[in-house]
Amino acid sequence: MAIAFSVNGKPVSVEADADTPLLWALRDDLGLTGTKFGCGIAACGACSVHVDGAVTRSCSVPLGDIAGKAVTTIEGLKAADGTLHKVQAAWIDAQVPQCGYCQSGQIMAAVALIEQVGTPSDAQIDEAMTNICRCGTYPRIRKAILAATGQAAAAQTGEA
Amino acid sequence: MADNPNPDLDLPEAETPAVKPKKKGVKRRIFLAGSALVVGGGLFGVWWMDSGAKSQAKALTVGPGEHGFLTWMKIAEDDTVTVYSPHIDFGQGSHTALGQMLADELDAAWDKVKIEQAPADMAFANVALAKGFLPSMAGETLAGLMPEAVIGIMARSMPLMITGGSSAIRFTGEIAMRKTGAAVRAALVAEAADRLGVPESELTAADSLVTHAKSGKSLRYGELAAGAAGRSLGSDPVLKTRDQWKLIGKPIVRRDIPAKVDGSAVYGIDFTLPDMRVATIAAAPVRGGKLESVDQAPALAVKGVEKVVKLDDAVIVVAKGYWQAKKGLEALAPKFSDGGHSAVSTPAIYAAQGKLIAAGKADNEGGEGDVEAAFKAAGAKVVEAEYRVPFLHHAMMEPFALTGHFKDGTLHLWGGMQDPLTTRTRAAKAAGIAVDNVVFTPMIMGGGFGRRFPDLVEIIDQVALLAKQVPYPVKLVWSREEELRHGTYRPQSLAKLSASLKDGAITGMRIDYAQSGNAEGEVPFIYNLPATSRRHFAYQSNQIDGPWRSVNATQIGFYTESFMDEAAAAAGEDPYQFRRKHLAPGSRHIKVLDEVAKRSGWGTPLPAGTGRGIAIVESFGTIVAEVVEATVKQDGSAKVLKAWAVVDCGTTVNPLNAEAQIMGGLIMGLSSAIGEQVTIDKGAVVESNFSDYPILKLADAPPAVDVHFIESGAKTGGIGEPGLPPASPALANALAAATGKRIRTLPLLTQAKA
Repeated sequence: MAIAFSVNGKPVSVEADADTPLLWALRDDLGLTGTKFGCGIAACGACSVHVDGAVTRSCSVPLGDIAGKAVTTIEGLKAADGTLHKVQAAWIDAQVPQCGYCQSGQIMAAVALIEQVGTPSDAQIDEAMTNICRCGTYPRIRKAILAATGQAAAAQTGEA
Repeated sequence: MADNPNPDLDLPEAETPAVKPKKKGVKRRIFLAGSALVVGGGLFGVWWMDSGAKSQAKALTVGPGEHGFLTWMKIAEDDTVTVYSPHIDFGQGSHTALGQMLADELDAAWDKVKIEQAPADMAFANVALAKGFLPSMAGETLAGLMPEAVIGIMARSMPLMITGGSSAIRFTGEIAMRKTGAAVRAALVAEAADRLGVPESELTAADSLVTHAKSGKSLRYGELAAGAAGRSLGSDPVLKTRDQWKLIGKPIVRRDIPAKVDGSAVYGIDFTLPDMRVATIAAAPVRGGKLESVDQAPALAVKGVEKVVKLDDAVIVVAKGYWQAKKGLEALAPKFSDGGHSAVSTPAIYAAQGKLIAAGKADNEGGEGDVEAAFKAAGAKVVEAEYRVPFLHHAMMEPFALTGHFKDGTLHLWGGMQDPLTTRTRAAKAAGIAVDNVVFTPMIMGGGFGRRFPDLVEIIDQVALLAKQVPYPVKLVWSREEELRHGTYRPQSLAKLSASLKDGAITGMRIDYAQSGNAEGEVPFIYNLPATSRRHFAYQSNQIDGPWRSVNATQIGFYTESFMDEAAAAAGEDPYQFRRKHLAPGSRHIKVLDEVAKRSGWGTPLPAGTGRGIAIVESFGTIVAEVVEATVKQDGSAKVLKAWAVVDCGTTVNPLNAEAQIMGGLIMGLSSAIGEQVTIDKGAVVESNFSDYPILKLADAPPAVDVHFIESGAKTGGIGEPGLPPASPALANALAAATGKRIRTLPLLTQAKA
């Protein structure tokens, strides 16, 4: 069956069973591979996207539940003119990614947190940022979130 | 030795080195990041002139208007310098650092330097790596006498294009990149001198420009490249001294990061081709088991499923997309044998290891002095402890995924592996074709941590066999469950340590450990003791033990550094001061230890229930000391509050990235110590996913890690792995300080509960 929703502001229609997780529609049908497969059981957060603004683990949401909704993926965070979202820019300034595989999900979680609370406290960061990073970039993730919300000196430490 | 990687080449007879090794210096077999490389006379059976490698490299990488040098780099007429890294990227950031090293010696403008992955071709086999590892394989003396050409042959015949052993900077960077940059710079200056008709001494090179100050004339590298490429390069160019560096040692931002924050980076699992199908797999749950039978019909009835393929020990479902393949696989009820391993379990492995040690028949022994005499000496107090560490999974975030397409007799592969060359040889063997008929395109990886050495990567065989059975390109993706249950784990290991104490000092120490691989020669023993003995008892279960970030330094570090605290306690001494007095005065080790004690405020009061632990481990040529401040949560689990790391890797090429590697290693070490374990029951892995194999999350990681580098200028060491080993003993030591309870079995879980 065809299921219609929007991705990054554009209407899409995917021919798939209603139980297909959103993740696989994004990756295999729509070619949006910035959203990653990590565990398939909503435990790691690598597949995090926004559904109607709420951070959602797309590996465990059936496409049937997405009909008519607005999905934002990592590819949709940039402004129309290509300017990076302030969280993405903070991620570069703080040199967060190592292997980078979990970082799409980490960034989507951080953007949702900031949209929700404005200037998150350390405790709010602890509570909201539950995505797994095997490279252990957590201290820099925290630093980047604080910097993106004006709570720390710009994290830029390197040369261009 | 490895199979001849170039079977089509007509090879002359084997060359043998003119210098005979001294009897004791030669180790015939070493563990290179856990994977065995066999070194012997047969190794020299492959002869391929360096000029052949160079012309092959040029054919693969150098286009019109570009000029190649030595396989490692090229200069375009628009001044762009492209550096080819033989190392792959799985997050360690060495591409940028290797570029820094070459560009600094070349005096190239950094914004004109690009760093690319070298093609998976024999021409790019890593000569520097062979040379770097050689002393540990053949002994320093022999290594020093071998000509470069012989080493190059070794690299190609292994074949060697590995990323591992924290080797990129210390070997490839120091040996190949800096030398290449300096030699090419000399050729550019010589070319400019001829073109301008002035002596070389009047010329300066900077920012990709050779300038003659007297006349005000200058020539761009792009203009000089063609002429310079025709000159013969000096094999022993003068390298810059530390005070002349402009890029080495600077916190330069990584080139790969922008594509990792906007979703545009393409990992192996992201690769697609027109008409590509996606497959997933279930292998025998018990390692060593075989597929006995499977009724294919239920899978074929699932919409989107196209084919079921049976392998010797696995079943694969091919479908339109991953979801359909997974549904198809779940519809199957394959029957697997247990390979006779049904009695293997975690407790049974520990029991067998304990028996081996008790029997006292070691497979390898190292050390100095007479430990037995020290233990029996009058007035000696003997301390003993037994430690256990479990199998650990790499848990790289990107599950295995490899795309294959068999077309016109050639197997094309796309994905991420730690050694592109052995990926090809393994695939060729599995597919039953010549290695020249395997084309591999290396891609970036979502982590690896030792799991992606082709020797241990079954997905290469699986894709090679699968691709031969289907007319279209197919991407095989492992589920997380498949990934976790078919790992090549950090060995489960048991150790018994004993030491004799006299007048508050250790007079003898014995480390007996049972596991698959021998760590002797890999993890240096850093303390100055009158007598030491390290005995390895070889034990192999049905599981595959593989290299796991920092390899044997994780468990050996945990044993030794936990035990040093126990010995300190027995001597009634402070753990920091006790370590200090067993290290050589004025040594790099003492400086690293003193610095971490100073930065962490060692000895200052802490709140009740909070403890501080210290540990120091040398691995991969780098010395790291860490202090962890921790407490115990209500449920008995460990909570790390603060962490410090002090590092002496000789020279820190890129402090910004080196800090990230040390921090990440420390956190991975804490994660493993706190909650990670792969347990075995009836020969199969019990855990299935992140739900029961917990990785430390942000809230439980230290909010910041204080990382400090000591620029000793000593021989450059590795940076990807050495941050990990001190973390688990530092944490166990901190918990012991906080609670008085010594935990000797990892993971810690809730053992600290009062």
